Amino acid sequence: MTEHKFPANDGPPSDLERIKEDSNYLRGSIAEGLEDPITASISDDDTKLLKFHGSYQQDDRDLRNERRKKKLEPAYQYMIRVRAPGGVATPEQWLAIDDIAQKYGNDTLKVTTRQAFQMHGILKWNLKKTFQEINESLMDTLAACGDVNRNVMCNPNPYQSDVHSEVYEWSKKLSGYLSPRTNAYHEIWLDGEKVVDSRETEEEVEPMYGTFYLPRKFKIGIAVPPSNDVDIFSHDLGFIAILEDGELKGFNVAVGGGMGMTHGDTATYPQVSRVIGFIPTDKIIEVAETVITIQRDYGNRSNRKNARFKYTIDARGLDWFKNELNERLGWQLEETRAFTFEHNGDRLGWVEGDGKWHLTLFIQNGRVKDFENYPLMTGLREIAKVHTGDFRLTPNQNVIIANVTSEDKDNIARLVEKYRLTEGKHYSALRRNSMACVAFPTCGLAMAESERYLPSLLDKLDVILDEAGLHEEEIVIRMSGCPNGCSRPALAEIAFIGKAPGKYNMYLGGGFAGERLNRLYRENIGEEEILESLRPILLQYAKERQEGEHFGDYVIRAGYVEEVRSGLDFHAVTKS
Amino acid sequence: MIRDGIIPLPYRRGFFNFKSYMKKCEVESLNLQVMNSPFNQEQTESLNRLLPTLTEAQRIWLSGYLAAPQTIASPVAAGLAVQNTLSSQNEVQTATREVTLLFGSETGNGQTLAEELSKKLAERDFKVTLSSLDDFKTKDLKKVQDLLIVTATHGEGDPPDNALSFYEFINSRRAPKLKDVRFSVLSLGDQSYEFFCQTGKDFDKRLEELGGERLYPRVDCDVDFDESAAEWIEGVLGTLGEGQQAKSAGETLLAQQQAGAGLLTEEQPAYTRSNPFRAEVLDNLNLNGQGSNKETRHLELSLDGSNLAFEPGDSLGIYPENDPILVDKLINEMNWNPEETVPVNKQGDILSLREALHTHFEITRLTKPLLEQAAKLFNNNGLKELLAPGQEEELKAYLEGRDVLDLIQNFPPEELPPGDFIKTLRKIPARLYSISSSSKANPDEVHITVGTVRYNAHGRDRTGVCSGQFAERTQPGEVVPVYIQRNPNFKFPADRDTPVIMIGPGTGVAPFRSFLEEREEDGVKGKTWLFFGDQHFATDFLYQVEWQKWLKESILTKMDVAFSRDTDEKVYVQHRMLEKSRDLYQWLKEGANVYICGDEKYMANDVHETFIAILEKEGGMSHEEAEEYLNDMRRQKRYQRDVY
Repeated sequence: MTEHKFPANDGPPSDLERIKEDSNYLRGSIAEGLEDPITASISDDDTKLLKFHGSYQQDDRDLRNERRKKKLEPAYQYMIRVRAPGGVATPEQWLAIDDIAQKYGNDTLKVTTRQAFQMHGILKWNLKKTFQEINESLMDTLAACGDVNRNVMCNPNPYQSDVHSEVYEWSKKLSGYLSPRTNAYHEIWLDGEKVVDSRETEEEVEPMYGTFYLPRKFKIGIAVPPSNDVDIFSHDLGFIAILEDGELKGFNVAVGGGMGMTHGDTATYPQVSRVIGFIPTDKIIEVAETVITIQRDYGNRSNRKNARFKYTIDARGLDWFKNELNERLGWQLEETRAFTFEHNGDRLGWVEGDGKWHLTLFIQNGRVKDFENYPLMTGLREIAKVHTGDFRLTPNQNVIIANVTSEDKDNIARLVEKYRLTEGKHYSALRRNSMACVAFPTCGLAMAESERYLPSLLDKLDVILDEAGLHEEEIVIRMSGCPNGCSRPALAEIAFIGKAPGKYNMYLGGGFAGERLNRLYRENIGEEEILESLRPILLQYAKERQEGEHFGDYVIRAGYVEEVRSGLDFHAVTKS
Repeated sequence: MIRDGIIPLPYRRGFFNFKSYMKKCEVESLNLQVMNSPFNQEQTESLNRLLPTLTEAQRIWLSGYLAAPQTIASPVAAGLAVQNTLSSQNEVQTATREVTLLFGSETGNGQTLAEELSKKLAERDFKVTLSSLDDFKTKDLKKVQDLLIVTATHGEGDPPDNALSFYEFINSRRAPKLKDVRFSVLSLGDQSYEFFCQTGKDFDKRLEELGGERLYPRVDCDVDFDESAAEWIEGVLGTLGEGQQAKSAGETLLAQQQAGAGLLTEEQPAYTRSNPFRAEVLDNLNLNGQGSNKETRHLELSLDGSNLAFEPGDSLGIYPENDPILVDKLINEMNWNPEETVPVNKQGDILSLREALHTHFEITRLTKPLLEQAAKLFNNNGLKELLAPGQEEELKAYLEGRDVLDLIQNFPPEELPPGDFIKTLRKIPARLYSISSSSKANPDEVHITVGTVRYNAHGRDRTGVCSGQFAERTQPGEVVPVYIQRNPNFKFPADRDTPVIMIGPGTGVAPFRSFLEEREEDGVKGKTWLFFGDQHFATDFLYQVEWQKWLKESILTKMDVAFSRDTDEKVYVQHRMLEKSRDLYQWLKEGANVYICGDEKYMANDVHETFIAILEKEGGMSHEEAEEYLNDMRRQKRYQRDVY
């Protein structure tokens, strides 16, 4: 265990550092706040701590102004994020989550871009019951949010080969090992016995995190080439599985990626992680822990906007980091091994592997609910009732009905047809490669619509695609309601980041395989300008593209935007 | 006291300008006269002897001392009020205009700049009040002298969240004239947005429209705001500094005379029940959130110019108007000419039939005398039969929930000149509503809280006359005839330390809003406990954010709520009272007064029974002893009710 220190040059600790320290390992006064009958909210400090437990306090922003005039507090409600390492859930777990969403939530589920379930609209009075029922389903929400390591992502189709299965096991182990150890979660939600022993040292309660936990959230993903569906370069720490002769040999290690930035603050930027070397398989936990402790000790605890691991590294240089890591490990990373990524999207439809069948369903923006003439939520529930395999949440917000036996395949296919579930084949390839974060009305950070708007924008883009003959051309398009970038917009070939209601910054030129950041093309534009500016580019692309040339590569070659090689020149002024 | 951020009353209310007064004393060699002061001969002589001997520090101490019993803690939230001047010994500053510095901030930049300017002003011995726009009490706007606004713009030209209410106020008809106000605006924004710095521009324009004088031109800052903001700050400081030097004694005198003139009340008729004041509706909103089964209107009426005064606990009388649709149905049913004139009173005033039925006569309630008179006019056998002896039960049942339209439809008259018919009608009676505001907190305004009555009876949807009018017709800008109905039997204890227990479910909570608003203004923090209930927490928690604020500020000590339809079993306030029986009994033993407002038939009786149960349980009393205990409380005016 290395010494716990704050860098001297970052200024006074942010308020959140005080909140964490004073919280008695994430307890705060959450339990008391849940009992207060005068408000459906909890205290500001407690809302920060609640994130570590996997829940955000939100309010229905559609109602906010109206309620203010009515002298009512905002319509406070809670989002709960359920961790599923690698995005795997059993049919029983699916049914439990589905049931909870209907009983306490807003009758919908959101499959997140990090392979977790989100439920929205849960009231304070039902929060504890919800946590308990999630726990009974053998899932949890601890560390789904907060300044800790989050849900560990992993290519969600592990049963396609033994290697996938092995990689999934590692993601589970990582997730478990890096979880906070505090008993606060059990105490507050599960009526666990109170363990408040002053003799207990920090070392005993949180051996890795300590009282301050991390300076900021920390994200880990594991990719299995050639698929980069987990968007490996967007993570603080990425492991790229290296397969030789069908065997898992180890991982390339990539560090310092991240999506978030702040509009108007060029000291913040999205960054792609950089590959620093190779490690044997069994070193993955040791390396992850060591990397995290470096971020714990050096990350900026004064300014949360500059606290992600990418800034820690960029401020000191990659060499500094490699030295620090090698020194702390006491051994050297090996030379990076070769790998190739081909895409970051999902392969929709049925796939056979290892004698089993896997069906990837298209779930627009990850929203599972009963739409008019498209009872998606009911359909998945009915499948869960008979399914003998499991469910996989993909990093592209889709759902895989995995491990279907040959005997069951027809039955599942019948249910798919009955409830009008879809592989998305009738959609444009652009829509199949689209993602949007939640944004309005529940997300407190949203500056513009995202999930509620992208489908209708795509309707209009589809018209242009048809005109250009690009209906089947796979182009990655993503929208985020704010620059924090939950839908990983900075890696998309076409991206929109919300600035104000109806207004977006438009970015072009991300890499099709998620290997390159995009660049700002038009600032603060509405739908009309979006369509006007994209139309000629798409038409021209259709005419001028070279064999196999992706849209993101084309816009750079054609000079619409300059290539972004590092997050550090993301904001550089371009001539366009 | 002053150093603790408490503003002496004369400063806050503006009816006596202490600083000007002290300055004037200097000018006139501190010579008070009966003519120029509120004191008698003997008092002026004593004061004239004493005042010239005082040092500046003594005078300041004295001013605070005298103001103390009436002062309250600074209302500006979170200790943002900056009161700096009195620590200084500078003579000149006592003539300085007050600077009110308000910010609207989304990300904190606006607040940081405002704080920076505030500090600089304080260093220069200005008296500064600093707060967010929404924390500033809009009623104090009239008293503002130099107003500086630093504001960001949010989204598509919208004000930041903590400036919204102020923005709406200043753009409403309620915004006061700002004749003697000087102002300047610093706006923060982002050029990449279409409505760059819009909120700042809006404030700047509106302040000018209201008659304010721009003391320094508005500066619009882009994302990179440091330089332009600094320029504005320097500019404002410069202009304010000039004023500080140039302020003459003569101006101060003039200002004081003007202030004095405002105290005189002009001759005007007294508004009463028989001569109601036509009050303009300032605001009319439904307090219940989307999805509620209820509709509770919150009305804000202007009493400006009426001279009407009231205290918490009093009621407002309102003369409603009938639903014009009902009036027209009635006229059509009878084939009357709506324009025909009819006499409406013994004095011989006439109105068109339609107007008379709309505004003057009661047509929504049937009474036995009305039917008896109608029977003479209608020549309808059915009606005669209904009034025959032995039909009392049938008659009573018939009267219930029916109106004049039912009467003429059920018992059609043969021929009926409207002039004859309206003689059977009585004048629309006024409706009384417990006032839900404090005139100290909302000068020249009165608020009421009205539950909308809607029901279907005898095949027709009906609404309460007054509540229906407010729910469906009354728009801001219209006037309604009102008067004040005193209620000396619903008053908080004179001793402000007496604990107070308030029980006010539904609209019964109205007077308690008035009492607490007043306590907030007066800075009274005695023990108070409110029980409130309604159907749903999410939509029916009337005035929720206000109780929350008062709990935070200890104006309200405890609050318990019961929402009857949020749980499988219905929970009412009396259940919450029983849960807290021990504490309630303790409060009663400490001499607490009890106030009950709301529904008489069910709630008030249940609450009464609950108090008896509590006295039996916690005080070991028999039922009779408990009754007697409450009777004693009633005699001592410790158990007061305003029920309906």
